[in-house]
Amino acid sequence: MLRALFLALALILGLCLPASRAVAQDAGQDLQAILQTHAEEVASPGRRSVGTVIDALTASGLPGVPLFLERWADRSVYQRSGDGLFYYAEKQGNEYALSDIATGEAAGTAPASEMTEIRPNGGVRRVIGTALVQFQLSDPDIARRTAALDAISRSPEADQLEPLRNSIEGETDAGLLARKERLVGMLAARYGDTQEARIAAIEALSDAIAVDVRAVLNQILTTRPGVAAELPEGANIARTLTPGDDLTEAEAYAQLVEAGLAPAAQTPAQIKAALTDNIDGGSVGGVPIGQLATEAGRDRAYAALADAGTVPARVTEDDVETALASHVFYEEYTESDSAITDAAREALDEIETRVALNQALDLGLDALSLASIYFLAAIGLAITFGVMGVINMAHGEFIMMGAYTGYVVQQIIPDYTLSLIVALPLAFAVTFGAGVAMERLVIRWLYHRPLETLLATFGISIALQQLAKNIFGTQARPLTSPSWLDGAWVINDVVSIANIRIAIFVLALIFLGLILFVLNKTRLGLEVRAVTQNPGMAASMGINPDKINMLTFGLGSGIAGIAGVAIGLYAKVTSEMGADYIVQSFMTVVVGGVGNVWGTLAGAGLIGILQKGIEFFNPSNTLAAQTYMILFIILFIQFRPKGIVALKGRAAGD
Amino acid sequence: MIKTLKLSGVAAAALIAAGAANAQDVECPIKVGVLHSLSGTMAISETTLKDTMLMLIEKQNADGGLLGCELEAVVKDPASDWPLFAEKARELISNDEVDVTFGSWTSASRKAVLPVLEELNALYFYPVQYEGEESSKNVFYTGAAPNQQAIPATDYFLDELGVEKFALLGTDYVYPRTTNNILESYLKSKGIAEEDIFVNYTPFGHSDWSTIVSDVVALGEDGKQVGVISTINGDANIGFYKELAAQGISADDIPVVAFSVGEEELSGLDTSNLVGHLAAWNYFMTAESEANDEFIAAWHEFIGDEARVTNDPMEAHYIGFNMWVNAVEAAGTTDVDAVREAMWGQEFPNLTGGTAVMGVNHHLSKPVLIGEIRADGMFDIISSTEPVPGDAWTDYLPESAPLKSDWKELECGMYNTETSTCVQLKSNY
Amino acid sequence: MTRTFLTQNRSVFWFLLALGIFALIVTVLSEAAGNGMISTSFVKTLGKTLCLMLVAVAMDVVWGYTGILSLGHMAFFGLGGYMIGMWLMYARTEIIVTESLLAAAIPPTPQEIHDSIGTQIFGVVGSSEFPAVWIFAHSFWLQIAMVVLVPGLLALVFGWLAFRSRVTGVYLSILTQAMTLALSLYLFQNESGLRGNNGLSGLQNLPGLDDVPQATLSIAFFWASAVALGLGYVLFAWVTSGKFGSVIRGIRDNESRVRFLGYHVEGYKLFVFTLTGIVAGIAGALYYPQAGIINPNEIAPIASIYLAVWVAIGGRGRLYGAALGAAFVSLLSSWFTSGAVPSVPLGFYTIQWTDWWLVLLGVSFVAVTLLAPKGIGGLFDLVTTRHPVPERIGDFGPDKGARRTVEGEEEK
Repeated sequence: MLRALFLALALILGLCLPASRAVAQDAGQDLQAILQTHAEEVASPGRRSVGTVIDALTASGLPGVPLFLERWADRSVYQRSGDGLFYYAEKQGNEYALSDIATGEAAGTAPASEMTEIRPNGGVRRVIGTALVQFQLSDPDIARRTAALDAISRSPEADQLEPLRNSIEGETDAGLLARKERLVGMLAARYGDTQEARIAAIEALSDAIAVDVRAVLNQILTTRPGVAAELPEGANIARTLTPGDDLTEAEAYAQLVEAGLAPAAQTPAQIKAALTDNIDGGSVGGVPIGQLATEAGRDRAYAALADAGTVPARVTEDDVETALASHVFYEEYTESDSAITDAAREALDEIETRVALNQALDLGLDALSLASIYFLAAIGLAITFGVMGVINMAHGEFIMMGAYTGYVVQQIIPDYTLSLIVALPLAFAVTFGAGVAMERLVIRWLYHRPLETLLATFGISIALQQLAKNIFGTQARPLTSPSWLDGAWVINDVVSIANIRIAIFVLALIFLGLILFVLNKTRLGLEVRAVTQNPGMAASMGINPDKINMLTFGLGSGIAGIAGVAIGLYAKVTSEMGADYIVQSFMTVVVGGVGNVWGTLAGAGLIGILQKGIEFFNPSNTLAAQTYMILFIILFIQFRPKGIVALKGRAAGD
Repeated sequence: MIKTLKLSGVAAAALIAAGAANAQDVECPIKVGVLHSLSGTMAISETTLKDTMLMLIEKQNADGGLLGCELEAVVKDPASDWPLFAEKARELISNDEVDVTFGSWTSASRKAVLPVLEELNALYFYPVQYEGEESSKNVFYTGAAPNQQAIPATDYFLDELGVEKFALLGTDYVYPRTTNNILESYLKSKGIAEEDIFVNYTPFGHSDWSTIVSDVVALGEDGKQVGVISTINGDANIGFYKELAAQGISADDIPVVAFSVGEEELSGLDTSNLVGHLAAWNYFMTAESEANDEFIAAWHEFIGDEARVTNDPMEAHYIGFNMWVNAVEAAGTTDVDAVREAMWGQEFPNLTGGTAVMGVNHHLSKPVLIGEIRADGMFDIISSTEPVPGDAWTDYLPESAPLKSDWKELECGMYNTETSTCVQLKSNY
Repeated sequence: MTRTFLTQNRSVFWFLLALGIFALIVTVLSEAAGNGMISTSFVKTLGKTLCLMLVAVAMDVVWGYTGILSLGHMAFFGLGGYMIGMWLMYARTEIIVTESLLAAAIPPTPQEIHDSIGTQIFGVVGSSEFPAVWIFAHSFWLQIAMVVLVPGLLALVFGWLAFRSRVTGVYLSILTQAMTLALSLYLFQNESGLRGNNGLSGLQNLPGLDDVPQATLSIAFFWASAVALGLGYVLFAWVTSGKFGSVIRGIRDNESRVRFLGYHVEGYKLFVFTLTGIVAGIAGALYYPQAGIINPNEIAPIASIYLAVWVAIGGRGRLYGAALGAAFVSLLSSWFTSGAVPSVPLGFYTIQWTDWWLVLLGVSFVAVTLLAPKGIGGLFDLVTTRHPVPERIGDFGPDKGARRTVEGEEEK
């Protein structure tokens, strides 16, 4: 790849300069020479100081510079410890194959111990990227042009406007062309020459919602706070502030103090320090030390000291109020032209309304995604608990078993897509088997003691958890999604959702359909419902309740296993992952209404939306959202003890 | 394991006979308590440290023990339960009569153990980076204090990456809370406005990160460079990084520096989409030094698995244990007070090169490293500082700025330099 | 009354006797008595176990006698601990702070003392303000009142809401579990003002008693716990005997029938729920000064599930069974996690008990539930002439039903 790039570059050079060979050779010496003069900075560059090297390099106009800059950022430049020379190098076993910085010709090999990889950090890479813009904007390689545009949008600068504009003409790729035009618009809005040009550019931006567009407008609308006796003439005032409403009085006064317009108020600590400094044989300002254990005593002592002139007079509340009243507080745009700020404000307001709408949409998607995860985790439980009335505390561990199955399959089958296709049915099979075994060995003895199934299954739950730890260790295990599930479905800059979440949503839908189909349209479903409603009668009709219970429980557990693979893909695989979902799952089923798949769907939907809703109001504390959500559920059950979708009849009984 | 102990027991008997003179005031065997959770939520991190201790003790015994005595590890499992830490610590000290204990991961567990240590005057080594604001007479802190990890990493963000707007994301417990408090105050002192600092806390094991990551992206809307400082703990990181990757956030757009993500945590996920994100520690497995190569080789041999990684708290135990061994040799006894005094100024080479020095405030002086995540789950060290002495009381919070710890001269772990008084001798738990 | 009460409840006499003898033996053998056969840390463990036995007895009254499987009683236990912990932290810090401030040149104002206590306590979580919940923390008696009032009120309000809307059975269990989860999540937040995940610590150091060695303190707390357990046992034996006891057992066996007989079922349930909540709070207030630290993890749902498990293993429906179950499982747990249990080498694999103990515990839950539903307490039926607890005959479950060949018998 790199070699091909180099060849392409060499070809261009060859076209431009007939005597390229000789010149490049010379230039090669020079490039190395320039680097040597700045050797230390090249070897360990810093964001703030790297500019000198880059300036020197670009100023030299040498043809090898762009390639060097690229490789420097890519960490393929090495320094040889012996002579301090820089090389491009590629690792081959214990040695590096070196190639010359300028010509790219092989320059022998060197042992690994002699070569030091040069690692510019992220900040330096950004500076290099910016420097490369001028070389890359019209580069034939589309990857380089994209890199140039990325660099511009990361750190837009005034002098990029012209080259960018000039490069539009020759742009062949439609996508890049659109991006270039957009970037030109954004740069013009900030750095345009004339007022009209800038306003026009700003107005053109008002139909976008991208983060970087908003960034441009916000930059134009940057304000700085100010305070003065009266509003300054000619300043581009954003707004005036009233102390007490827009900012607290303490803040306002602090601003006054900072501007040198008022004396600083003494803090209690300062007063105490002043008093300590002026202790005069057992008393301060005539007040005995013993009396200084109260605020009043200290005030008196300080007043006495102030009267004597030893300390500055105390700033009283009246002083503060007078000072605040006699000044005006305001915010002033750093941009002096009010026509531009007005246009930007208008454009931004328009954008922000749209952004708010889109954010609501995004939140809705998140809520939907969360709901589908809860649904997937709970749907197995909706069958075992909801339909059969068995409290399976080990349900979470079935989820975990599914996830570990996925992990094990991935160890054996390295192809992520194929392993996923194998893992899903296998996880179902494994947990189906575990579920059937558990039903046969434990649960069927306890059908008439429902509360005790809770204990027995809890025992199984902790045993399985510890077993998983003993087998797989305590570390989290990787379960990687195939690359087509990486990334996100980006609708616009605000609304996007990860592909894996969409997959989980689809999976949840499939299971909803599947369960509804099995329960309502098949012989098995009929028998399950019959056994649930009246086992005695069902048995009289020739249905074998034992078999039906076993299959139902197996089905519920198997679905938990598949949910485990899905959850493992988007979150983590640990022995304790099941415990994270068990309480939530029970609540989903109970809130939704026991014994009904639609109820579980409603429950998951309610919980997902509610949690995201509360999070929206208090974004800095996710824990609070969970707390209030559970409180809400507790209250909800008080008023609708049978859940959202209440069943009537025997299933709703106990 | 048992076999080796027995065999070396015989060797120890021979050694005692030989070195009876210098083992006069030492009771053989010398017992080393190991108090790391082997079950419960923290087992994920702490089991490794228990194994590290066993390895170090085994090696020391192979090298002839200590003061002519065999070392014996006493391992207890406090099961990630803070009250159990206190209970087991008391058992170790008063029943098993250990001479020193290495243990704890979370701050809460350390705070649970503190009163017991101070009451019974025992010696404790704490190997994990923590929030500071503590200096106990009985504890040596071999992990990083905030000024050895958080502050240099923030400086790196400010200077090298030019970050202007900060998202402080953390798990809701004491370390992120205090660290973020210190950082907020530090950032403000560096001229970052309050509205440019976004703070969020999530519960342990949090997995639904999409909204939070979107919020962080939206911070960029005023055109400032956004950076994330993550004190997210343990498993929750996996979901967080997966979401970062899914939303296509590269380190070039929004860099993330993590204080609790090391090699061990990254082994739980595919890092190819996370290349370039950062972590700050005092040690990375990729550190190039002979001591490190030996340490890694010894670890692989001990654990019998070439795939296992090494991490920062392991190095902390390595330094702490070796310093303790040297201090015991210098003091000629395992007596707690004598060893403590011998610990001050104790030097031992870091695995990353250079020398760690134990200060009189019971914190180490160590270099700070910043690493970028590589596709193979390791870190490229891209910045390393001169050794920074650990500061028990941060300078960036008004209440603790005047406080100082000096057990040698001032004989006080919480000395107020303004009033020139010792605020308290025992710790504030 | 007393005579009939004791003759009706012979277990009370034997339980108190055994408890008394046990307490005396422990005291004599403890370090405080200069003997040192039992270390201070083990005395603490025993004292804590007594508190757990008390809360298990309370749980038995709720579950074994009244039939409410509460998965939230450890919330009350924890709240009791938090309430006493607030006073312990405040008072201890007050002493330290006052001493330090008095050393300064100028005597401190009450406000300064209060602020410094705040800085000391909340500095750990990066704050210095006193949250509103600490309003009574300065006063020992007010905070002691809170030990009873806070868990009691929570139990009352929660119980009233739940029983009023006739939430029963499994739903109630899940609801109580939600309650304890919500409470622990709430306390995990720093905003709750109780130091979040860090919790309250250093509780074993009683303010003003720095000079008293822990050996003595641990025996004092051990006795306090023993007395509390004895009193609690008598109280609950009294509650569960007589007419009241019959009514709550009736509720357990068939709630509707008791209601149709004219009893105010909700009132009875609420009383039992609240009373046991208060006792759990008191047990917690005695437990945490011995444990030394309390944090929200202590009231996570799993703690309450363990409580139910202790009662189940001990044997429901008899108070001494619950007490024994709690003691047995928690001591065994402590023993296995101490690393003192020798490993079992199987040749190809060595069983380390720290790794396998939970597996063993889990499997034994299953075994007890399936094979010995009467639990450990059932063993006493073998040696006493006491009438066994009558078998409850419910329906035969969906697996049998009409396929049964003989009416009312298990199919072979």
